[in-house]
Amino acid sequence: MSDVVIRADGLGKKYLIGHQSAARERYTALRDVVGRQMRGFIRSARDMALGRQIISGDEVEEFWALKGVSFEITRGEVVGIIGRNGAGKSTLLKVLSRITEPSTGRVEIKGRVASLLEVGTGFHPELTGRENIYLNGAILGMSRAEIRRKFDEIVAFAEVEKFLDTPVKRYSSGMYVRLAFAVAAHLEPEILIVDEVLAVGDAEFQKKCLGKMQDVAGGGRTVLFVSHNMGAVRQLCSTGLHFANGALIQKGNVSKVLSGYALQDADVSVRGASPISVTRLEPLAPESGGALSVRLSLNGTKCEEVRELALLLYAANGTRIAIADLRTRGGLVLPLRVGPSGCFVDFHFPSLPLVEGEYSFGAYLVDSEAASDCLDIGRVYITPKVSAVGVVPYSSTARGFLELEFGVNYAEGA
Amino acid sequence: MSRAGAAEQERVVILEAGRATRNYWRDLWHYRELFAILAWRDVAVRYKQTVIGLAWALLRPFLTMVIFTVIFGRIAKLPADGTAPYPIMVFAGMMPWFLFSSVLTEASGSLIGNANLISKVYFPRLVVPAATAVVALVDFGVNFVMLALLMAWYGFLPNWHLMFLPAFVALAILASLGPALWITALNVKYRDFRYVIPFIMQFGLYVSPVGFSSAAIPDQWRLLYSLNPVVGIIDGFRWCLLGGESQIYWPGFVLSLGVTASFLWFGIRYFRATERTFADMV
Repeated sequence: MSDVVIRADGLGKKYLIGHQSAARERYTALRDVVGRQMRGFIRSARDMALGRQIISGDEVEEFWALKGVSFEITRGEVVGIIGRNGAGKSTLLKVLSRITEPSTGRVEIKGRVASLLEVGTGFHPELTGRENIYLNGAILGMSRAEIRRKFDEIVAFAEVEKFLDTPVKRYSSGMYVRLAFAVAAHLEPEILIVDEVLAVGDAEFQKKCLGKMQDVAGGGRTVLFVSHNMGAVRQLCSTGLHFANGALIQKGNVSKVLSGYALQDADVSVRGASPISVTRLEPLAPESGGALSVRLSLNGTKCEEVRELALLLYAANGTRIAIADLRTRGGLVLPLRVGPSGCFVDFHFPSLPLVEGEYSFGAYLVDSEAASDCLDIGRVYITPKVSAVGVVPYSSTARGFLELEFGVNYAEGA
Repeated sequence: MSRAGAAEQERVVILEAGRATRNYWRDLWHYRELFAILAWRDVAVRYKQTVIGLAWALLRPFLTMVIFTVIFGRIAKLPADGTAPYPIMVFAGMMPWFLFSSVLTEASGSLIGNANLISKVYFPRLVVPAATAVVALVDFGVNFVMLALLMAWYGFLPNWHLMFLPAFVALAILASLGPALWITALNVKYRDFRYVIPFIMQFGLYVSPVGFSSAAIPDQWRLLYSLNPVVGIIDGFRWCLLGGESQIYWPGFVLSLGVTASFLWFGIRYFRATERTFADMV
């Protein structure tokens, strides 16, 4: 009990959003436009008189960015918050860092909170690097004495010694971001809240940031960390919170939550859109170079027979990088009868040489009626391989998609 | 802050809908360094990349003083307070007016101007408009030096009333912060209010006794005239700076004080009531 530092109870956050009903009308008549403008004007005048918020558009809808979220976080826990865009992660962070108040429920927070929702909040382009360090530090909640003490460390971390007295508007964007992150990285609150800020700078700097985050996380501080970089989440966090559509759907051990995310995510994207989906991954989070089984299930198709089927693999940027073509197994499997209850195909890969990162599955399907390309029917997160020989791998972005097995012969020069 | 942090470690913050923060004013004190830094930022940024820098702070009041002296003193031939030289009287009235108007202008746009901060970091929002008052104070300091030079030029010496000047400076700031807090909070919700300020500024300059002495107002209108809180402040400034030459009209002054106090009360109340939703609207 005493060690719970954040306790959220039935947390909800409601926004009002407006719609333009015009979008649904097929013809635009001047009369309608004028009428709508008048109604809009009267409504906003009334809202203002009553002290309510003005919402553009003529239909107002409630939107719950967070709904009924309850959890507890204990001291020293490093929590990764994952979910798709719009799942409510950032809203949660905003509520926890007191930027906005919840609409329902309550949160109890013990200790000093610093939140880092953006790199370089409050940086002023006209001010010099030195001045901005003090400004940004104060905004993030550091005292002047604290900043002065860490000043040299910050400058060294950002590698901007030469440009300290140059206005930051003359900085390259890389320098700007480095300086901004350096200030933030030297925060020492009891609870640190970080939103997707590691996705900045070059690979080298990202590695440095991740290292710094790891120091912070290892230092017994409580950290809440939102990221789409599953590698970073796995590396840093012990606990995971998985959000979807404003609700907390899973909390627990980080690798369990991550694999749940991979599957759930696939489910969400597939619902109703495609007759085919990935319904099982074994293991849930395969290691780079390790084995993987993928189950493709077909449901609800009108077709009775699959004539061709291929499992496709896409990189995060959408490049198609691999195929497993069922035709190469010939008449053994194909054609495949589907039937009203659907069917499934398991693909086994004894060794998948993918570099760690997130990949998505697709499928190419030819049935009795048509050929279709199904995109994003499931996701897999490949975890980094633990190197046996103790070589530190290059960053995943530098290594491409495949890490090849190879033999080697060589001859040294005389 | 590690030491302060340790003392505070077990402080529990509860976030709930509609719950006003306890310890609001202590929290505000806690953020005094942010206040200082934001104020310093505004001052520093103001004169960056300007050619004559501080000279702008000198030029504006000087030219205004010259024009007002010519128009009201020479052309309209309005009387000065007692034997005080007309330019000094104008300057003594202009200083509080500039203080009032620049606090009101800067503070009422401050929340919108710092929207990026408000949507990304927590701090008591009152810090932002309050910090802008410091910029106005710096300009006021410059004006004060100019006034001293002007007095030396005319060989005019203020008397012991000068001691009370800080009180009136504080009053001028409070008088402008009241409406400023109100308008800045309204501005977040309804951007219409940013058009209100230039209006107030334009009329205020002529409605307030900046270019002339408030003694020039007919007696039967004087109390009504004092509903404008700036009137009391300008009278106070002249009373401090012009020695025995300018008198305070007491009923009017008390009325001005009352108006100031109620504006401040409403301003802070409205600001605090809406503060928690700023981030959602800005």
